[in-house]
Amino acid sequence: MRSTQQYFSDFFTGLKSLLKGMRITLGEFFTPKVTECYPENRATLKMFDRFRGDLTMIHNEHNEHHCVACGICEMNCPNGTIHIESRMEETEDGKKKKVLVRYIYDHGSCIYCQLCVRNCPHHAIEFVPTFEHAVFTREKLIEQLNRSGSKLAEK
Amino acid sequence: MFDFAVVTHWVDETLGNILPDSWVTTTEFVLVGISLLIAYAVMALGLIYAERKVCAYFQCRLGPNRVGPFGMVQTITDMIKMLIKEIIEINHTDRFLFNLAPYIVIIASLLAFSCIPFAKGLEILDFNVGIFFLIAVSSIGIVGILLAGWASNNKYSLIGAMRSGAQMISYELSIGLSILTMVVLTGSMQLSTIVESQADGWFIFKGHIPAFIAFVIYLIAGTAETNRGPFDLPEAESELTAGYHTEYSGMHFGFFYVAEFVNMFIVASVATTLFWGGWMPLHIPGWEFFNMVMDYIPPILWFFGKSAIMVFIIMWFKWTFPRLRIDQLLTLEWKYLLPINLCNLFLMVFVVVFKLHF
Amino acid sequence: MKDKILNIAPNARFLEAQFLTVCLPKETFHDTALQLRHDKELQFDFLVCMTGMDWGETLGVMYHLRSTKSGREINIRVETSNRINPELPTVSDIWATANLNEREVFGMLGIRFINHPDMRQLFLRNDWVGYPLRKDYNADPDINPIRLESESNEDAALTLEMTETGEIQEKENVIFEDDEYVVNIGPQHPATHGVLRFRVALEGEIVKKVDINCGYIHRGIEKLCESMTYPQTLAMTDRLDYLSAHMNRHALCMCIEEAMGIEVPERAKYIRTIMDELTRIASHLLFWSTFCMDFGALSAFFYGFRDREKILDMFEETSGGRLIQNYNCIGGVMADIHPNLISRIKEFVKYMPKKLKEYHEVFTGNIIAEQRMKNIGVLSLDDAISHGVTGPAGRASGWSCDVRKLHPYGVYDKVDFKEILYDKGDTFDRYMVRMDEIIESLHILEQLTDNIPAGDYAVKTKPIIKLPEGQYYKSVEAARGEFGVFIESHGDKNPYRVKFRSPGLTLVSVVDLLASHNKIADLIAIGASLDYVVPDIDR
Repeated sequence: MRSTQQYFSDFFTGLKSLLKGMRITLGEFFTPKVTECYPENRATLKMFDRFRGDLTMIHNEHNEHHCVACGICEMNCPNGTIHIESRMEETEDGKKKKVLVRYIYDHGSCIYCQLCVRNCPHHAIEFVPTFEHAVFTREKLIEQLNRSGSKLAEK
Repeated sequence: MFDFAVVTHWVDETLGNILPDSWVTTTEFVLVGISLLIAYAVMALGLIYAERKVCAYFQCRLGPNRVGPFGMVQTITDMIKMLIKEIIEINHTDRFLFNLAPYIVIIASLLAFSCIPFAKGLEILDFNVGIFFLIAVSSIGIVGILLAGWASNNKYSLIGAMRSGAQMISYELSIGLSILTMVVLTGSMQLSTIVESQADGWFIFKGHIPAFIAFVIYLIAGTAETNRGPFDLPEAESELTAGYHTEYSGMHFGFFYVAEFVNMFIVASVATTLFWGGWMPLHIPGWEFFNMVMDYIPPILWFFGKSAIMVFIIMWFKWTFPRLRIDQLLTLEWKYLLPINLCNLFLMVFVVVFKLHF
Repeated sequence: MKDKILNIAPNARFLEAQFLTVCLPKETFHDTALQLRHDKELQFDFLVCMTGMDWGETLGVMYHLRSTKSGREINIRVETSNRINPELPTVSDIWATANLNEREVFGMLGIRFINHPDMRQLFLRNDWVGYPLRKDYNADPDINPIRLESESNEDAALTLEMTETGEIQEKENVIFEDDEYVVNIGPQHPATHGVLRFRVALEGEIVKKVDINCGYIHRGIEKLCESMTYPQTLAMTDRLDYLSAHMNRHALCMCIEEAMGIEVPERAKYIRTIMDELTRIASHLLFWSTFCMDFGALSAFFYGFRDREKILDMFEETSGGRLIQNYNCIGGVMADIHPNLISRIKEFVKYMPKKLKEYHEVFTGNIIAEQRMKNIGVLSLDDAISHGVTGPAGRASGWSCDVRKLHPYGVYDKVDFKEILYDKGDTFDRYMVRMDEIIESLHILEQLTDNIPAGDYAVKTKPIIKLPEGQYYKSVEAARGEFGVFIESHGDKNPYRVKFRSPGLTLVSVVDLLASHNKIADLIAIGASLDYVVPDIDR
């Protein structure tokens, strides 16, 4: 008799639990949807400002940057992402000085660890929250960060 | 109420006037066949779209929304994609059986599809053992699935096919018995007669308790029969990747896919026909005006409306419940559904004999 | 303790370090280990971490042992000077967790373990040339080119047996018989949560045996770390168990800070703890989602992800990363918390309990799910300890192994929270531990958000970080269990050896034990309930 009772109580509690679940999903059926309509909401879509999208070199309005080509960022990068090309130049007072030629950043191998930005003594580079980085070839991911014609900002 | 037989008779007469008898029959065969295939394909497309949308809404998503308004053209483009995809030949398969399997599945579901009375006079196969025929042909599909699993030479497929065999044979019983319960009530196996006899009230109301129990059992068993979640063990995505159709590609996979959806519709429409009055409008005795208004809604809308609700319930099952394990599946059938079904059949006989139905 | 150990092993040498380090000769090591395990007072029943080492002249293994009864910890150092054919006795019969770990050491350092039943490569290919973690390893890509042919399946494993006369014999240990029905689950499979591969012998629907094949995502992070400076190694930790990225990094930071003697500001500790708990909730939510998905409840999957998204947004706003937060640094955290964070957390703490109720209604209470979870895959307490299954899976077996309680770090000693313990150890308990832990984590967050002290979020460190010579171990309670970092430093700016004690490897080692004699569907359910993350297993 006990087992018969068990049989029926099992059956009905089971049925009840199933109906409960169905009630929840039906409720969710009518809740507002969470899908991001991405290309449509492009204009209003704003990333959080700390988001690390792309490494950039900070340039002021005179097309000047702060990079002295010291190579600390290159040294700190765990993945060999940054490559700095520099040359020696003689200043007017006869001192030799390193000048940045090209600041090459390989976006494809960057792991966004921020060590370059944190260790830069002159705050010459920073991460910006852009996020549309898709390109068709790997070569296009290799970027030059210093703009053409830019030079070191005078102190 | 509009009787679709008018149209068919008109076609028959027109053809009869211009062609000899044998040609009339041939042309009519071809015409019926083509319309059947078109209806089948359109049905499948519509259902796939519906499933995607319904599933998305259950999951707080939007679902297809890129191609066409509300993504409505999405399934059509997917169909085109499926048609032009390469059918990959697999090594070490039993080629003949491997290629045969999807056709068996699709033919079985097409035959079952042709039994459904869509509206007054709009039915293709209608004879005195219609419902019997429907059960018979719809269970041919299992042969296709078993063949697919066997011929694929893939262990996942084989396990999927074996599960499918065990599942379908078990649940066939429940389907058969719950339909039998309703046949006891109607006293007829002809689908058109079954619908006609619900003119004064749908069977779910006429047969009250036993009819309702039969309906619930039919719906559960029907879901199992179509291999849909929570009874999708033969496919069991998280266990067997895709079960019996793992190795299929292109349109061969498409056949399995389409057949699954149309089978779901067939289950829904049989439920509609047997329990919810088929294309019969809702009539409440005594409310003359209300009944008249209801009569103005064309029967085909009644039929599809009711089927859509059934389809929605089946989808609702799928998107709510976790999948059963094989032993649970068999326990459910043999320990719960089957005994309940037998008692229910007895109850129905009791109800009919003592005229306790409405 | 020294005396007791000397009683057992009179020829032991002692080194003072963070933990008492005992050097044992390899000849008698197995017997000594057995006594240490079963000694009434010492009872070192938990092998926390096993690190294969190359000390230049000698090769050896560091065993980190802990007693679950007394909480005592020691390190045991066993070495062999034979670099050509190094052999050590196995301890896999004493601590089951050593089984996979010894296979790892075999692959990485070439040390063969005598009497180990299964001396196959664990992570590397069978045809790999050389032993990567040895210091004289030649990493020339010509020696180990990218091989395009598939690796052969081995149905038998080599094993070394010590005969009674003391000779060592090579034998074959058969894993799968020829007539067994072996099915591959993975490496590409929806339910293995990554590229993990099980070879499963089936008898109908019943699983007879599971053989684990790892290494599909092995990146050699421990090797990479040896050539990196300490700040650079931090970037690697986020990529181990990416679902508890923050905790992993926390462990490494704490280990380095402790070695250097840096005192982390109170504010940073609060922030770290808050972030740890958020990570835990996010991870458990993801667990819930994928668990439901493996059971076939697909809608539930999205509900979990929808709610996890809220935490990811918090991470992104404060740290700039969603999955790889990159937030801890040596001496504190990278940046102060975002002003919005606190209000977001408060909102979330209010929002989540309602959703949890919904989760329980849609899945936990469901009769189908319940029957598939209860009494399936029972892990006994002894097995859990022997296999070193920590974290929620261990606590489901009744093992009180929460590092937050054992060795409080961060500000866990200042908050009030319960350690969730269940006692059955089945799939349902493992599931419920996590669901209850979400509530506890919310409770911790509630206590912390209003009390974050003002102050610095980090201390300044020297630009070049060098650790004093020595061995350091530090562990945290990651979302899946104890995540430990073992560093051996020789005083350089890069570590001599880094070992990550990943909770994943121990979790995956019990799959065979739990899934045998259950059904295929149960194998998937058990795997989901253990909740391993593959990059964490492979490292």
